[in-house]
Amino acid sequence: MNFGFDDDQLALRHTVREVLEAEATPQRLRATWDAGGFSRHLWGVLADVGVLGLTVPEPCGGLGMDERSTVLVMEEAGRVVLEGPLIETVAVGAPALAATTAPARDEWLAGVAEGKLVMTAVSGEPSLAATADVADLFLLPSGDGLAFATAAEVTLVAQPGTDGGRPLSTVALLEGTSLPVRLGKDERELAWDRGALGAAAQLLGVGARVMELATRHARVRHQFGQPIGAFQAVKHLLADSLVGLQFARPAVYKAAWSVATGAPTRGRDVSVAKVYATDAATAACRAALQVHGAIGYTWEHDLHLWLKRALSLSSAWGTVRWHRRRVADAVIGVRPGCS
Amino acid sequence: MDLRPTEAQEAFRRELLTWLEHNLPSTPLPSMDTEEGFAAHRAWERRLHAGRWSVVNWPERYGGRGADLMDWLLFEEEYHRAGAPGRVNQNGIFMMGPTLLEFGTEAQRDRFLPRMASGEEIWCQGWSEPEVGSDLAAISSRATAVEDGYIVNGHKIWVSRGVWADWMFGLFRTGSPDSRHRGLTFLIMPMDAPGITVRPIRQIDGETGFAEIFLDDVHVPFEHRIGGHDEGWAVAMATAGFERGVLLRSPGRFRAAAQRLIELYRAGEGDEVMRDAVAGAWMDTEVHHLHTLWTVSRLQRGEAIGAEASVNKLFWSEMDMRLHATALDLLESRAPLLGTATEAVDAGRWLDGYLFALAGPIYAGSNQIQRTIVADRVLQLPRAPR
Repeated sequence: MNFGFDDDQLALRHTVREVLEAEATPQRLRATWDAGGFSRHLWGVLADVGVLGLTVPEPCGGLGMDERSTVLVMEEAGRVVLEGPLIETVAVGAPALAATTAPARDEWLAGVAEGKLVMTAVSGEPSLAATADVADLFLLPSGDGLAFATAAEVTLVAQPGTDGGRPLSTVALLEGTSLPVRLGKDERELAWDRGALGAAAQLLGVGARVMELATRHARVRHQFGQPIGAFQAVKHLLADSLVGLQFARPAVYKAAWSVATGAPTRGRDVSVAKVYATDAATAACRAALQVHGAIGYTWEHDLHLWLKRALSLSSAWGTVRWHRRRVADAVIGVRPGCS
Repeated sequence: MDLRPTEAQEAFRRELLTWLEHNLPSTPLPSMDTEEGFAAHRAWERRLHAGRWSVVNWPERYGGRGADLMDWLLFEEEYHRAGAPGRVNQNGIFMMGPTLLEFGTEAQRDRFLPRMASGEEIWCQGWSEPEVGSDLAAISSRATAVEDGYIVNGHKIWVSRGVWADWMFGLFRTGSPDSRHRGLTFLIMPMDAPGITVRPIRQIDGETGFAEIFLDDVHVPFEHRIGGHDEGWAVAMATAGFERGVLLRSPGRFRAAAQRLIELYRAGEGDEVMRDAVAGAWMDTEVHHLHTLWTVSRLQRGEAIGAEASVNKLFWSEMDMRLHATALDLLESRAPLLGTATEAVDAGRWLDGYLFALAGPIYAGSNQIQRTIVADRVLQLPRAPR
């Protein structure tokens, strides 16, 4: 047994972090919020460094990697509150597309890797999808499976939300459209688990980054003649947040392994990861806000960018309640009222 | 990343399961906090040792198998799943043993480790004093250096298994009274040494789990000093690290308890609120298991854990509380029944477990101290003025 990442995986994370820290700054993110929540420029950068092709098979111009590598990239994306449908395109869309026999499969996959084809997917009720207004290809529930639709085959209604980097729309199929490219029930469940894993990994990154912001603030902000981080009430609040994040992280990595290897416990493992990552990131965000005080409650301070991403990711790809129930189904089995 | 056990690990597991099948006591041993139970647990340690299962991760020359920490985790997993007895020599095998392996001389290791591994010598720890709890650097029990060793005077308390243990390790003041952590020395002594008086203390569960130890001119030879004169603090911190980190509370113990909790729930009427709480308790034990695997992998890659051991202690001690509180909730009005009650469930073990879990946030450094350690050493927050 070996629970860790290899040098290539760690090098990938390092590269992605360097690129994102340079390109995905809070200032730029604010500009993107104002421009509707998507930046062609940044998406192009992600394509150039190979991030968009991570899960695209090698013959189609990608790197053919699985969740054991992408989980680290998703974590980095969370650290910088990266906007755009990265989960939907890289974690969910491309692997689902690769599993089809669509005539346009290879062309679409190459487009994903090149950044020319943006994907999104329904990640919550009622038929909500992120960054749908710029998406070229949609992954929609259909019967008990999934179907692919092009932008011309759907209608969107924007549903303004609090996270400007993950704008939501409801997606409906145009009347009379038949969708020939489909996937079955198992693929739908797998796609859902990939989305939940991507969200969990991003939540880890969100939590880690707000902890850095909070500890930095606690070192420099003085009250009563000393840094507020010297007060035990502040220390213990942040220590508890760290405990939550430290224990969520291996759960997310285990889920990545389970998805990548098709482990029989995949669904359960993903749900544990989503529950702990959501709870830990949410607690870290609230602690960070508390430590910042009123300045953290302003639009001007960047902290709210992370807080809002934590909220939008918590509610995407299955809520904590949904995932807790799935774990209970898996480990307890009996449910009251069911025979 | 590969989370599948290797063929060698599977073989190790099979050998252990076969041994447990043939050797496990058919009925639970009496509480180790009674004279009879202590003796029964000591006999069990001898039996484990005869099968070379008492200290699997120690070197072979001391009675172990030279197994790595991953194998040790597998051992713990199966050991607790089988419901095998608690380890009466836990202060020895999980704390003093690793301390000797790191800080002891070769002569000390040869003298103490084999008898520790066999249960011939059971260990207890002497750290707390009546006026010294969380502030361990304020220890006042004094060891005065003399020609052939130390003369020790003082008073230790809350010594778990101190009533029947054979040896004690502890920290003693060798510097000036205000020398704090710079003037402490780590000494060991046999409990039957002249000048040692042991007074049993009844614990919250009514058993004499711990003791207070009075030390009057106890002579400790130099060969019973671990590490240097006035250099005991670093040794003790390593020992405490073993306790808070992976060794003392392995995931197997909690995972076995979570499985029993699920069975307890299934035997009841299936309340929806409790169902979520039971799943929550199971999830806690699962992430603790994964965090331990992660930590062991880091250790095996040569990384140091240091103060992060405190993160672990905070999690498992509070997890254990939540798990047992959930069990008592499930028991409803039967929750306070002792094992002797005719209406008791599972022979009262959930109440026993709950009372034991209550101590978790206190021993091995209180959770308040752990949070401060995490904030100061891991998060690098400014130290509070003292």
